[in-house]
Amino acid sequence: MSRLSIEASTPLCLLQDAGRFGVRHLGVTQGGALDWRSMSWANSLLGNELDAPVVEITLGGFSVLAEDDCLLALAGADLGAQLDGQALAPWRSFKLRKGQRLRFTQPLLGARAYLAAPGGFDAPKVLGSSATVLREELGGLDGMGRALVEGATLSYATDAPLLTRELPFEQVPDFKLDSPLDLVIGAQIGEFSGQSLFDAFNSVWTLDSRADRMGIRLLGTALEYQGKPMISEGIPLGALQVPPDGQPIVLLNDRQTIGGYPRLGALTPLALARLAQCLPGAKVRLRPVVQDVAHRQHIEYLRRFSDR
Amino acid sequence: MKLRIEVVALDCLMVRLFDDIAEANMPWMLAASENLRAAFGAHLIDLVPSYTTLMVHYELTALSPAQARELISSALIDLSPNTRTGGQCHVLPVWYDLSVGPELSLLSQRSGLTVDEVIRRHSGREYQVFALGFAPGFAFMGLVEEVLAAPRLNTPRKKVAAGSVGIAERQTAAYPVVSPGGWNLIGRTPARLFDRERDGYSLMQPGDTVRFEAVSHAEFINLGGDDTPLEAQA
Repeated sequence: MSRLSIEASTPLCLLQDAGRFGVRHLGVTQGGALDWRSMSWANSLLGNELDAPVVEITLGGFSVLAEDDCLLALAGADLGAQLDGQALAPWRSFKLRKGQRLRFTQPLLGARAYLAAPGGFDAPKVLGSSATVLREELGGLDGMGRALVEGATLSYATDAPLLTRELPFEQVPDFKLDSPLDLVIGAQIGEFSGQSLFDAFNSVWTLDSRADRMGIRLLGTALEYQGKPMISEGIPLGALQVPPDGQPIVLLNDRQTIGGYPRLGALTPLALARLAQCLPGAKVRLRPVVQDVAHRQHIEYLRRFSDR
Repeated sequence: MKLRIEVVALDCLMVRLFDDIAEANMPWMLAASENLRAAFGAHLIDLVPSYTTLMVHYELTALSPAQARELISSALIDLSPNTRTGGQCHVLPVWYDLSVGPELSLLSQRSGLTVDEVIRRHSGREYQVFALGFAPGFAFMGLVEEVLAAPRLNTPRKKVAAGSVGIAERQTAAYPVVSPGGWNLIGRTPARLFDRERDGYSLMQPGDTVRFEAVSHAEFINLGGDDTPLEAQA
């Protein structure tokens, strides 16, 4: 058993995994790491299952002290991590000796960092997952849906691999990429005005500061839905819904399970991984993609994990 | 019923069975749900039923969109309604009182009925559970009498107590946990609506029926209810 004691945390530092599945028909949200790709790489660097429990650190303000010699992995945003004051770049596994401190200072590139441990951090599975959902009081270290707090202890049981590894440069996701975010078209897209469809895919959208784990609002030209009022229906991850004010919202992991606002479709998982690393004020564009093409591209990307 | 299958995400398809909310949809929705679960088996990640639709979230590494579509079509060929009276009937005790159900007076004004008559009418009907959503174990039930229908509050409350019973349009529901909410509150139930230790977790499931039973303050407390007034919790 290796332990890390948490010396500083924020309400945005959460234990996460891939999310809670098989219970959405009961009204239970999905939850899970917002940037599933970085979580997967953090786990992959340690030879873990890709969805083993990790710590999702948003923006920084998190610090741990090693109570034993540890081997950990870090992927995702560069939050100015320091190992006893020495800068530590993400996309690698590293050793943390007993008594050493790992501290996340401020976002330098991206928004969310993922800290993984061999075999995954210990946490009870609640309804099949350790994903922390504050609103539903599910998951996390004690199973009650609480954020990580100062004074708590993270632990893992598995023997650490001996060697540290670094993700090859060509595999490191480019957070500066400004290519459009792919949106699988569908749902009520046929009932938006022609002008709105043009605007959706040809204008620049600004990420609003009204953003949380349920959704991120996009600011720009108002989109106009011309269909009938909808009856609530299931909401997929990444759905781009348009409330009456016309400002779209991308629905994320902690979204409600059903809802009645019209949608243009849903962002692809890779687009969601990129969006999760954007800060308020960032500019994004959307690109329509059909389901088949998006599916093939995604399967292609997943091979990168199994090829390792 | 005319079946439509619509793309809603990379790994999700929406199965649309009806265009309108109706109690008569339920046997078809239950049958469709059962068939889809059987057809997808381990490749089903989640099946999210609502009033007129079922969203199928499937394992994208196992099925292509075309294969998933094919599975849905074949699962729903020759669908026949599930008329088994398998749904449970729940009786939910409710303490109807202004301190925990402040919109009792609003509903009384809107309807021209006395508060007691509003209570009598709300508890005098058997409701069907149409769907679960919004929060774990939150059951959308209906339909309440037309005269009791009322739109959601203009400004939702930031905090609604667990167990609060409310009305929105012709639907009624009870909040399983403390949450924000815009429904017209008329009372509170001591029933545990969502329990992680319970088999199936949620007290109510789509297809179940529910009757509300007015209980006194003393009974409510005896059953473990928390009578903290709404304002005191805000």
